[in-house]
Amino acid sequence: MENKVIEKQNMSLLVNSLTSAEGAEVIGPRRKDGKYAFGKIADASELCLDYDTTVLPPKMYLLPPKETLITFKLEKEYKVEPVIEDKSVILFGVHPHDIKAIELLDATFSATNPDVNYLSRREKITVIGVDCLNPNPNAFCASLGTAIAETGFDLLLTDIGDRYVVTIGSSKGKELLREHAETREASQAELAQRDVERQKALANYKVSLKMPPEEIPKLLDKSWDSHVFEERSEKCLNCGSCVMVCPTCFCFDVQDDVALNLKQGERYRQWDACMLTDFALVAGGANFREDKKSRLRHRMYRKGKYLWERYGKLGCVGCGRCASACLAEIASPAETFNLLKEESK
Amino acid sequence: MITEEITRTSIYLPQLAELIKVKSIAEREKLFEFKLQDAKELGHKPGQFVEVSLLGIGEMPVSVSSSPTKKSSFELAVRNAGSVSNALHNLTEGATVGIRGPFGKGFPLESLKGKDILIVAGGIGLFPLRSLINYILDKRDEFGRFIILSGCRTPRERVFVNELGQCQKRQDVELLETVDRGDEEWTGNVGMITTLFSKVTVAPQNTFAIVVGPPVMYKFVVAECKKKGLRDEQILLSLERRMKCGVGKCGHCQINGVYVCQEGPVFTYAEILKLREAI
Ligand SMILES: Cc1cc2nc3c(=O)[nH]c(=O)nc-3n(C[C@H](O)[C@H](O)[C@H](O)COP(=O)(O)OP(=O)(O)OC[C@H]3O[C@@H](n4cnc5c(N)ncnc54)[C@H](O)[C@@H]3O)c2cc1C
Ligand code: SF4
Ligand code: SF4
Ligand code: FES
Repeated sequence: MENKVIEKQNMSLLVNSLTSAEGAEVIGPRRKDGKYAFGKIADASELCLDYDTTVLPPKMYLLPPKETLITFKLEKEYKVEPVIEDKSVILFGVHPHDIKAIELLDATFSATNPDVNYLSRREKITVIGVDCLNPNPNAFCASLGTAIAETGFDLLLTDIGDRYVVTIGSSKGKELLREHAETREASQAELAQRDVERQKALANYKVSLKMPPEEIPKLLDKSWDSHVFEERSEKCLNCGSCVMVCPTCFCFDVQDDVALNLKQGERYRQWDACMLTDFALVAGGANFREDKKSRLRHRMYRKGKYLWERYGKLGCVGCGRCASACLAEIASPAETFNLLKEESK
Repeated sequence: MITEEITRTSIYLPQLAELIKVKSIAEREKLFEFKLQDAKELGHKPGQFVEVSLLGIGEMPVSVSSSPTKKSSFELAVRNAGSVSNALHNLTEGATVGIRGPFGKGFPLESLKGKDILIVAGGIGLFPLRSLINYILDKRDEFGRFIILSGCRTPRERVFVNELGQCQKRQDVELLETVDRGDEEWTGNVGMITTLFSKVTVAPQNTFAIVVGPPVMYKFVVAECKKKGLRDEQILLSLERRMKCGVGKCGHCQINGVYVCQEGPVFTYAEILKLREAI
C-alpha cells in the first residue's frame, strides 16, 4: 500500500479544502456535551481526530435511523415510486473497528437481493479512517483483531506526533489526497513510527477476550444451554439501547405513513432491535423469543456465530458502545464470551 | 446495461395488482384473486409467498394459495388478523394493491415427483398447501398416492369446504377430515389431527409428508409421521415468522442464523433438527 505523510499543521488545510469543495458533506467526530458524536464539520477546528469513541457509530450515514423506501399516490390511478436517498459524504475520522463494521454492512446489503437504497448511498461515501490510539475503556478491539484495518477505507491516518502517516486504500482516496492536500512520501522511519504507535495503542485496551476470535463460533456451538444467558439477562430492561448504538446491527422495521389528505404517503424503514420484546411476535400471538434469556442469547449468537457463518465476519467489532449504553451492565459480548469460556473449561 | 438496470431496481418497490375477485370462505377468512398490472405472470412455486401491500397501511407476508398451473391470475387466502389483513378484507373488486415477490423456497417439487404425497393441514395451513394440492391435482399422473389429512378446531372453521368436497369425490385422492370439537350437524371424525394417522397406511420408503399448521401442531404430527416410518428428510414443514422485508435484510424472520424468508419457509424436518427455537 502507498503511504504518504501530512504535517499536522497542514491537516486543517485538507479538512477545510474538503468542507469548502462542492458536492460532498464532511462528517466527523466533534465534541458534544463532554463526549464525542459524528456530525457535520463546517470548519477543521470542529474535528477531533484523537477521540476515544462516539456514542453512536457512523452507521447512521449508511443506514439512517429512518429512511424512505417508496412513496405512493392514492389518487384514482395508484402510483408507487422507489426513493433512493443518497448524497455524497466524506466520513472523516472513522476508527478501524467502525471501518470493519461498515464492511459487514456492505456484505449484508450486497448479498442476495442487493439493497439499492444502501448501495447507492454507500457508493457516494468516502471513508477516511484514523487509527484509534486512545481506546475507550469498554472496547476490546485488540483481542478481537479489529484494532487495525487493512481494507475498507479510502484513506487511513495514523497520528505519529507532529504528523500523520496516510495510508492510501483506494484510487478514490489517492485522488482526493492529490486534489486537496499537500503530502510527501512516507519514510521507512515514519512507517516504523506508525507501527510503534499502533502497538502502543494495542496495550491500552482494558477489556480483552480470553480466546482467539475464531474460537467464538465454536464456543457458542456448545453453549446453547448455558445458564450464563439466564443469569446475565435477568437484569435486562428490554430497552434495545445495546442494539441502537451498535455499528454492526442492521435489523429494521418497515412502516407506512399517509398524509392528512389521504392521497399520498410513504413507506419507510427504521432501526429495530432484537432485544425489544415484540421483535419476533407474529399475528397469531406466538412470540419466538419470548423471554429475556432467549433474546440475549440470540444477540450473542448473532454477534459470535450466525453472521460469521453467513458472511465470514463476526457481528461484533469490539467497540464497547453497547457496554457503555447498557444501564444493566450486561451488554458486552466480551464479558459473555469470557464467562462462557470460563464455564466450558 | 440490462444487468445494471436490474441491479438498480429497488427491492422494496411493489408491483401493482388489481383485485379481480373476493370470496368469503369462513368467518374470518377470505379468498382474493389478483391480476398483476400488464397481465404479468407471478411465476411462483407452490409454497412460496408474496408481500402484499396495502399502501398507507403496510405489508404482510401471504402464501400464494393458487397453483402455478393457473397462470393469468393468482389467489391469496387471508385470515383477518390485524391491520393489513383487516384492510385487505375491506377491499372490493377493482381495488389496487402492491405485490412483491414471490419469495422464499417453495415445496421441493422435483423431489416430490413420482412419490406418494401425504398432506397434513392444520386449520389455515390449508392456505399455502392449496397451491400444492391444486398443482398435484393438475398433474396427477406425475405423483403416486395422494393422501390429504385436514383438521380444524370446529366444523364452522373449516376452509375450502367445497373444494375439499370435490377431492372427496375423486378416486385418486384419499381425503380424511377431522375437527377437534363437533356440533349438531357434524357427522365426521372428531379428535385431534393426529388421530387420523391410525386410519391411513403409507409406504414409508416412497412417501413425503408435507405438514403446515399452527406452531403447536408440528411436534405431534412429526411424531406420527416418524411412527409411520418416514425419515426426517421425508417430512416437510412450512414455518411462520414475523417478516418485514422478505428479502433477507430486516432480520425479523430469523431462526438462529437462518432467514426463513430466504432459506424457508419450507424446511425438511432434518433441517429443522439442526435449528433451535424452530418448532
Ligand atoms: C411465510 C408466511 C406465509 C403466510 N401465509 C399466510 C396466508 O396464506 N394467509 C394468512 O392469512 N396469513 C398468512 N401468514 C400470516 C400473516 O402474515 C399474518 O397474519 C399477518 O402478518 C398479519 O398482519 P396484519 O397486519 O394483518 O396484523 P398486525 O396488525 O401486524 O398484527 C396482528 C396481531 O399481531 C400482534 N402484533 C403485531 N405487531 C405487533 C407489535 N408491533 N406490537 C404488539 N403486537 C403486535 C398483535 O396481537 C396484533 O393484533 C403468513 C405468514 C408468513 C410468515
Ligand atoms: S442488554 Fe442492556 S442495553 Fe440491551 S436491552 Fe438489555 S438493558 Fe437494554
Ligand atoms: S456488540 Fe457492542 S462491542 Fe460489539 S460491535 Fe456492537 S456495540 Fe460494539
Ligand atoms: S423477512 Fe426480513 S430478513 Fe426475512
